[in-house]
This record gives sequence, structure tokens and C-alpha cells, in this order.
Amino acid sequence: MNALTELRPAVTPATRAAPSPPGLAASTRLAVRLAWRQLRSEKARLASATAGVMFACLLVFMQLGFRAALFESATTLIGAMKADLFLMSPMTLASFRPEPIPRARVSQALAVDGVAAAAPVYLAQSSFRNPATGTRRTIQLIGFDVEAGVLDLPGLAPVREALKQPDTFAFDARSRPEFGPVTAMLAERGPFPVQIGNRDLRVVGTVELGSSFGADGNAVLSEVNFRRVVSGRRAALVDLGAIRLAPGADLLTTQAALRAIMPPDVGVMTQAELRAHERRYWEEATPIGFIFSFGSLMGLVVGMVIVYQVLFSDIASHLKEYATLKAMGYSNGHLSRVVLGAAGILALLGFVPGTIVSSILYGVVADATFLPLNMTAERAAWVLLLIFGMCAAAGLLATRKLRDANPADMF
Amino acid sequence: MIGDPVELDGVTYAYGDGTLRREVLRDVSLRVAPGEIVILTGPSGSGKTTLLTLVGALRAAQQGSLRVLGQELAGAKEAARVALRRRIGFIFQSHNLLGFLTARQNVAMALELDGDTAEAERLERAGEMLRAVGLADQTGKMPSQLSGGQRQRVAVARALVNAPGLILADEPTAALDRASGGEVVRLLRDLARSRGTAILLVTHDPRILDVADRIVTMEDGRVVAGSAEGEAPAPAR
Repeated sequence: MNALTELRPAVTPATRAAPSPPGLAASTRLAVRLAWRQLRSEKARLASATAGVMFACLLVFMQLGFRAALFESATTLIGAMKADLFLMSPMTLASFRPEPIPRARVSQALAVDGVAAAAPVYLAQSSFRNPATGTRRTIQLIGFDVEAGVLDLPGLAPVREALKQPDTFAFDARSRPEFGPVTAMLAERGPFPVQIGNRDLRVVGTVELGSSFGADGNAVLSEVNFRRVVSGRRAALVDLGAIRLAPGADLLTTQAALRAIMPPDVGVMTQAELRAHERRYWEEATPIGFIFSFGSLMGLVVGMVIVYQVLFSDIASHLKEYATLKAMGYSNGHLSRVVLGAAGILALLGFVPGTIVSSILYGVVADATFLPLNMTAERAAWVLLLIFGMCAAAGLLATRKLRDANPADMF
Repeated sequence: MIGDPVELDGVTYAYGDGTLRREVLRDVSLRVAPGEIVILTGPSGSGKTTLLTLVGALRAAQQGSLRVLGQELAGAKEAARVALRRRIGFIFQSHNLLGFLTARQNVAMALELDGDTAEAERLERAGEMLRAVGLADQTGKMPSQLSGGQRQRVAVARALVNAPGLILADEPTAALDRASGGEVVRLLRDLARSRGTAILLVTHDPRILDVADRIVTMEDGRVVAGSAEGEAPAPAR
């Protein structure tokens, strides 16, 4: 009995005051530690829950990645057009369906200090007859003054001279394969005739633009040849104005000066703004953004159900222990924090491998599809937030089961 | 001068409403003095377990006055009842230890409700308490590695470690054989005596009645008899 007498507390138990409960931070730390110890004790359940979160994480990363990549590719055409500033009708929603602006606006731009050159750009869609099979597909035509050097396109320089000849065009080598093996045929037999619209033109070279949502393929022509193919257009109307600045001229100052003199039928945009405008159309005016958001949501729902199942069965199989803790004086709020702590731990445990695997898969998919897929810190932060939200929602749902742990039923 | 740990006066409790209303406690009055060990016995359905849950602040009181450790429970809010439970040690039929914590961590759980103790101090006190129940060598073991009697002793340590003013025990020997059951109850008695902690113990088990200072028998929701020896509370030895 010696050990017992040593243990006699200094304060008589009957007069002992209620203990002061730990602060919120301390009790949350204890709750999370308890949650971790509980999760750790059942390895198989922990593994399946982590796999579930990881899977949800992977799905969301893939959906958001595809979404961003497709929007990125939607602006391929605009992105490929290199000029300092652009004039565009404020009515134009997307480049594949432009509203024309008066050609005079392009000339007016020359009056502004800092503008070195300005040239009109014509956009239209026409049909292209596949030289191998004879079938027709819609192709995007880009017509502009190739000599003026205001607008540049990737791979344009070598074919600039050839495009000056009548009835010639340059084919976009990165068009979809449905247009036929134009590049291979060109290399094999040199320039050859291809029908665009109702006119035979000779393909004299290739450029590197890439297909986008609005167009599967592109053809580049001089201003004169463009008018020959797309007949019936008024010469006084153009689709875009491309502007090159004088060396040393400030982009934003010149843009402001142009805006000041331009009537409201024309907007002045930098290339970045034009891209953002184009992208916004695909994001907001088409169901594409919704489809991928929906896909992400499905991933989150699946993940939530898995996490909920794990947390719920954890509580259900430990109801007596939870009730005992309640009898000991643990509040419902504290036990809810234990469940939410477990949810938070699962979120982190699933997110880390999910992000690593997603990065690897991005590489694999990007190699296979040529879509610009890559992991960005912003998207990772976003997904982390979503996964945390998903686990928190599952945790909150699961805490309802805690009400079944009634300490009065323990006796 | 503070009153006795348990002072019940005219406690009536019923389950259900209207025609389904069933009274399980009728005008029960009971006092337990500091350091006193009271065994509550009686047939099934006599209301003794309901009485225990009311004293333990696990149910809201309905009628009558219940003062437990100086706290009036009639009309007490949930938060006040939760706070009171922290000053009471509970021992259940089964040990109800958390399977994923070691014996020492299980005992320390009772101390985590107290913000004034540090982690090292909690584990220290839990270790001492386990030594006091004779489990000094088992502190690092999981409940699944302990025998039934050892687990119940861990539960005793958990109930006592926070120096409660009152221990409530419900059939603590129900799941144990005669030898380990007797051992656990006597251990509980000795530890409580040495600290002046009152015990209210519900049991059917005739083998452990001898640990009581007083035996209270209930029947049909009423206290029908108190044992002769126990009218005056026995002081701690």
C-alpha cells in the first residue's frame, strides 16, 4: 500500500474545482493527434481512404488540366499572330466569326505617335478539298499584307516571297490530318493545286500555327489572294487591324492614345488581351468549361463518399469508445474536431501522392495529345483547397453519427 | 463547508410521454458522504442504472433536487453537465478503452481535458496511476495485449487519475471471473479510500458486496432498504 499513500493528492478531491479546459489551439492539436492515432491503427482502412482521396485528386487534376489545355489550344490562332497591338470590333466574340471594322480605322491608327505600321487582317472560313481523297473540310483563312511585315506568323518568313504570287497559299503544317498529307505531298512534288472554296490555288509552303477549337486547320494567303477566294466581300471592311510600334514606343501609352482617337466601333487590344478575350468566349459561351467543371465535381463527389464511408464506419465501430469519452467529459464539439481532424489528415495524405501522380500523367498525356498540359502552382493550390473542402464536407456529414454515441446508454 | 458529493432529494424520473409514460424512479432520496462506498443493488428494472446516469450528469434531470459535487443538476445546461462529468470518474461494465492507444495513453486521455497539465506531466501521472493499479510493466501495451482483469484495472486507473470527487461504477465485475473481479473492486476500494473519493457502485454481484460501507437496495423505482451498518458514513481508513 506504500505506492497508494504516496499518490494521495495535495488537494482533497471533494473540494477540487472543475479543471480549466484547454484552449482551442491546444485542444484542436490533441483532437488531431487522437484522429491520427486512430487512423494509423487501421492500416487497411487508412490505405483505402488515402487511395480514395488520391483518386479524387487525380480526377480533379486531370479535368482541370484538360480544361486549361483546351482553352489554351482554343487561342492557338490568336496566339500565333504576332503584332504589338490589334484593332478589333467590340462586337466580335471569337476570331472564327469576326465582325468587320472599317478599313479606314487601320489607316487612322498611323496618325498616332509610336505607331510604325498598321495593316489589315482578313479572317474567313472556307472549304478545303483534301488533295488525296477529294473530301471537303472547313478551313480557316488568314489573309493579310505579307509584304508589310506588320503581322508575323511562326514559319512565315521562308514563304513570304512565294505568297506574293497570284493564287497561292501556305498550308498550316499542324492542321489536323483530315486535310490530307499536304506537307508530305509538297515535299514530294513541290507546289501543287488545291481547291479552296471554288477556286484552285497552289500550295507553296507551310507555316506552323496549330488547330484550335474554331478551326481544324489554317491557310495563310496574301490580301489579294484572300479576296479572290472570298468573293463578295466589301473591300472597305476588314476583320482585324495589326499594328507595329516604332522602336522605343511604350505599348500601353500608345494603346491609350489609339483608344482616345478611335470611334466606339473599334477596340484596341494587346495580344494578351486579345487572347484573354478569345479564351473567355470558350469558357463562358460554350459548355466546355461546364463539362470539365462537372467532371471535377464528380471526382469530388466520389472522393467525398469514400471519405465519408471511412469516417462513418470509424465512428460506428467505435461508438462505445466515443460514448465513454463523452461520459468522461469530452464535448460533442471536441469529438467533432477529432472527426474533422481525421478528414484533414486524409486530405493531405491523398493530396501529396495525387499531385505527384498527376504531374507524371500530365507528361504522358501531353506527349500523346500535344495538348499543353502541365502542373502549375496555382492549380495545385486550387485542388488542395477543393480536396480539403471535400474532406471537410465528408467529415461534417460523418459527425452526425456522433450523436448516436450516447453516454447514458453505456450503463 | 461544501455538502456531500451526492445529495439527491425527491428525484423522480420517467421515460416516455402521455399514456406511454413509465416512471422508473419515484421520489428517491440518497446521500453519499465523502470517502463513502455505497453499493446500489436491486432487481433488473428497479431504476438503479437510471439513477446512476442521472448522478453522472449523463441525463437531464426531470423532477427533484440533485446536487452532485456541489453542482445542482436540476435544470442544468448541457455544457454545465459536460463540465461536471470531468470531475467524476466512470467505470463501465466493459473497459471501453480506446483500442488504438496504449494503456498509458488511455489513462492520459482523462487528463487531456485539463488545459493546465503539459503532455509530459499527463504521461507521468498516467504512469504513476498505472503503477498504483499494479500495471507498472504494462504501460506501453495495447488493450488487446492485456487480460480482461488488466483492462478493467486500466479503466480504474483512467477513472481515478484525474482525482475525481466521485466514482460511478456500473457492474464493473460483470465481464470478469471471480478472482480478477474481486481484485479489481478491492483495488478500487483501496485507492478511493486512500484519497477520500466517494464511490457509487451498481451491481448484482453478491461476491463484491463486502467492499461497501453501505448497501442500498432499490425496487420498482424506490429505495427500499439501506443496510444497518452503513447509516453513518465510514471515514477513510
